[in-house]
Amino acid sequence: MTSRSETATSCHREEHRQLLFRYVLAHADDNLILAQRLSGWISRAPDLEEDIAMANIALDLLGRARMLLDYAGQLEGRDRSEDDLAMFRSEREFTNLLLVEQPNGDFAHTMVRQFLYDAYQTALWKSLCGSADATLAGIAGKAIKEARYHLRHSGTWLLRLGRGTEESHRRTQRALEGLWRFTAEMFETSETDRKLAGAGLGVEPAGLQPGWERGVEKVFCEAGLQIPNDRFARSGGRSGFHTEHLGLMLAEMQWMQRAYPGMQW
Amino acid sequence: MDATRLSGDAVVTGPPIIKDLVGAVPDPELPWVTIAELGVLRGARISGERAVVEVTPTWSGCPAIDAITDSIRAVLTEAGFGLEQIEIHTTYSPAWTTDDITHDGLRKLAQAGIAPPRRPAEDPQGATRCPLCDSSGVRPVSEFGATPCKALMVCNACLEPFDRFKEL
Repeated sequence: MTSRSETATSCHREEHRQLLFRYVLAHADDNLILAQRLSGWISRAPDLEEDIAMANIALDLLGRARMLLDYAGQLEGRDRSEDDLAMFRSEREFTNLLLVEQPNGDFAHTMVRQFLYDAYQTALWKSLCGSADATLAGIAGKAIKEARYHLRHSGTWLLRLGRGTEESHRRTQRALEGLWRFTAEMFETSETDRKLAGAGLGVEPAGLQPGWERGVEKVFCEAGLQIPNDRFARSGGRSGFHTEHLGLMLAEMQWMQRAYPGMQW
Repeated sequence: MDATRLSGDAVVTGPPIIKDLVGAVPDPELPWVTIAELGVLRGARISGERAVVEVTPTWSGCPAIDAITDSIRAVLTEAGFGLEQIEIHTTYSPAWTTDDITHDGLRKLAQAGIAPPRRPAEDPQGATRCPLCDSSGVRPVSEFGATPCKALMVCNACLEPFDRFKEL
């Protein structure tokens, strides 16, 4: 009797471990891909302070991606390191949100993308602080504090751009219209999400949506920006179906490790 | 993770010798401050023939943590430990906060011209002051500075720019 219930518990634990691996990996991918995108601004930002700010934020996201990838590797139990997971998976194996892989565009486009994501990250990590998984809760405890700095940065920029010149307003509104269709994906709840939320390990993304919407609507309203009426939504990133942009980005990010596996400098 | 892993207590435990040895490792970016003063060292002890050290990163994006683990390995090998006898664990919980910096650490930051992080719990009225002329008339330039932990400020009185250690 004892041994049967022990076996059941251990199966259960094994299932959770595999689900948690996919969950942690998806969030690692979000941070890794956006860190890579933001790094593209280094030496090209509008001013020196902003250049430093974007590099710092990219570094925070990369640091978070490293912690999550390292943990994903441990959960998977196949001896894959953070570098293996970052450099030796193909486009279809990445499960990041479509939003984060969208090209930088102009500065307004990058800031709108960042703001939509920062608001989501703030809600996500706040909830994950209560995860029953100690490592994930620990990472969340760090991430939430940094995410608040990031959100204040991108939110301040949206106000400046939205209420700035006619041109800055027009470009920011255009960016919002181009990116809004990728926001619904953040709140799609998969079977994995449901099971992990049920076990107290993860959170159901759908539950984060009302708070996120209130937060972003407030800033858009203050910035004089209109949320598009278009309810068309793109998704697929969490299942590995990406826009054409991810493959091109990965080719650039991974080529050296692919050409010279395990190289260091 | 394994039996030799330390508890998550934010207290440096163990015989004073290894604790002092590892605790004195300097931060690579702020070399006048040690990792014990910064609160990065969570534990150091001897377990049989092994030295077991636990560290916690400050900001997620801070590359100093890699340099710090290298330095810890260097002082321990110099003290006679073989590389295979050194275990360094990274812990994320509880998350590091600027409240983990000791009072000596805060004082050394100020002496080096970096306005220390505020402690609203200890000093609710505490304001950031210029580390050069002590004026409280200061303004932020950017919340992001030369390292992940610092913000850029400027003093309205002496007009000098300075770094502020951000509260986390």
